[in-house]
Amino acid sequence: MSRVDFGSRTAVLRRGPFSIRFRMRTALIGAALALATVVVAVLALCLGDLPLSPVDVVSALLGSQEGLAHLVVFEWRLPRVLSAVVFGAALGVSGAIFQSLTRNPLASPDVIGLSAGSYAGGLIMIIVFGVGAGSVPVAGGAIIGGLLAAAAVYVLAYRNGMHGFRLIVVGIGVSAMLEALGVYLILRAKLEVAMVASVWALGSLNPVGWAQFVPAVVVVAVVFVALGTLVGPMRQLELGDDAARSLGSRVEPARLWLVVCAVALTAVVTGAAGPIAFISLAAPQIAKRITRTAGIALVPSALVGALVLTASDIVAQFALPDNLPVGLVTVVVGGGYLVWLLIHEVRRRR
Amino acid sequence: MTLHSPASISVSPRLAASDITIGYDRRVISRELSVEIPDGSFTVIVGPNACGKSTLLRALSKLIVPSAGQVVLDGRSISSYKAREVARVLGLLPQTSLAPDGITVADLVARGRHPHQGFMRQWSPADEAAVIAAMDATGVTELSGRHVDELSGGQRQRVWVAMVLAQQTPLMLLDEPTTFLDIAHQIELMELFTDLNEQGTTLVAVLHDLNQAARYATHLIAMKDGSVVAQGAPSEIVTASLVEEVFGLRCVVVPDPVTGMPSVVPIGRERANR
Repeated sequence: MSRVDFGSRTAVLRRGPFSIRFRMRTALIGAALALATVVVAVLALCLGDLPLSPVDVVSALLGSQEGLAHLVVFEWRLPRVLSAVVFGAALGVSGAIFQSLTRNPLASPDVIGLSAGSYAGGLIMIIVFGVGAGSVPVAGGAIIGGLLAAAAVYVLAYRNGMHGFRLIVVGIGVSAMLEALGVYLILRAKLEVAMVASVWALGSLNPVGWAQFVPAVVVVAVVFVALGTLVGPMRQLELGDDAARSLGSRVEPARLWLVVCAVALTAVVTGAAGPIAFISLAAPQIAKRITRTAGIALVPSALVGALVLTASDIVAQFALPDNLPVGLVTVVVGGGYLVWLLIHEVRRRR
Repeated sequence: MTLHSPASISVSPRLAASDITIGYDRRVISRELSVEIPDGSFTVIVGPNACGKSTLLRALSKLIVPSAGQVVLDGRSISSYKAREVARVLGLLPQTSLAPDGITVADLVARGRHPHQGFMRQWSPADEAAVIAAMDATGVTELSGRHVDELSGGQRQRVWVAMVLAQQTPLMLLDEPTTFLDIAHQIELMELFTDLNEQGTTLVAVLHDLNQAARYATHLIAMKDGSVVAQGAPSEIVTASLVEEVFGLRCVVVPDPVTGMPSVVPIGRERANR
């Protein structure tokens, strides 16, 4: 236990030159979220046209099952479930970075135009170049589109520094234009292509197999490692630029790299699974409310994102009459949350 | 042989600006400005609004880079230091700072340890001791677990001072630390700064209140239009003619009845006409 009263139970670990301090509440909730995600993921592996018991699933994962169970778990369900976990975490972290940098709970990649950029980039690949959804060119198009949209929003919103509110207003405008472009592209496309594009454009884990999962997870892993070195400066940036600088952070490079990481996370997920809405908006705020951390914390945001997307994908596949794209479920969950957040913000500002 | 009589020894101070030209974008605020911050002093910079005093403080703390000349810290240009190296020697209380919502007092004070921490070392016994000492010195220990957003303005400012103290730097710069506080909290904070100064910290503050500056400073710098008009001990330089020159204010300077330091009493329009 810490000798300093931090306002909640705080543990200190020290061994040799290593020392760390953490809040018990954050650690316990983090562990609970991780456990819940594992349970939900195993449940997702059980469900489907061939129902399996958790015992079957675990033994298939351990390699002691042969034949159909192995095929179903490993080749069909596992890439999809792991994608839900990893992509949810990536989206949660991406949203957390933007919300922390702008100090605004509305500044998620969904709102500030990144997702729309990735969406337009992916659609151009599918419709204009005729490549299949979930393929590498679509991922590339989504990443390039996301980066271009981010750059455009940044340039348009920049005036003597970056302010959260201007970023959001410009982002909403850019999003609207890019979505209009998307609708135009879909209307002009052939019927079969338009159907593929429409499903992709809602955000779906249906087309995700190992071929889509592996490259995406490599990018996400690299970004997460890079974020390990940026989380310290991110904490300092919460105190304002002057305070962060006087505490020894290099403000401009830190902010630039954080934005690059956040853009990369959203774009790579969009490239693989289409624009899955609202996880990056809702996860950091849900995480903040349940852990009661100061500012926005990355790890809890990642865990909430993973849990929400994995659970939403089960709902999308099995709880509703048709096998719907998961993006529709997250739109409903996240949209409801957004309405609540807006009402809450308006009340608070009064 | 390099023998000097004691009077001719000039030890250069730890922090000085030499011939710096500073400003924002293309607007120059000060041209070829030089100041020295005497070691161990409580230096206060005063001057009318927009005279360049905060800009000077920002240049001294490496927040802005001079377009000409240099700020010298411990014998070399401050721009040759890494940000983290500067942060171990020089602390700054910025004019505006933001507390993340939901942060507690101790957590915010602990952020001041950042320049001393690393990937392996995130909360060493030295960090803990520094935070305890900083909260103790500023009298915020009993607020330790409270949320910063629930505190009064005076308490909050003391917490920010504690954060800068936890940085444990021999030099500390304060940008209008008492603005927005009521008079009792202003005095309380000024006395805290005096205590810190007496314990060996060199302080540089930008202040608005001339009487407080004269009372607490050991070295006063008066600025106008980006230039230093006068500097020295307050008892020597604060005169009616200096106040009129710097602020354009007619006044009488009388000894402060408590400390005997110069105290400025404005004449005002109507009474001056009598």
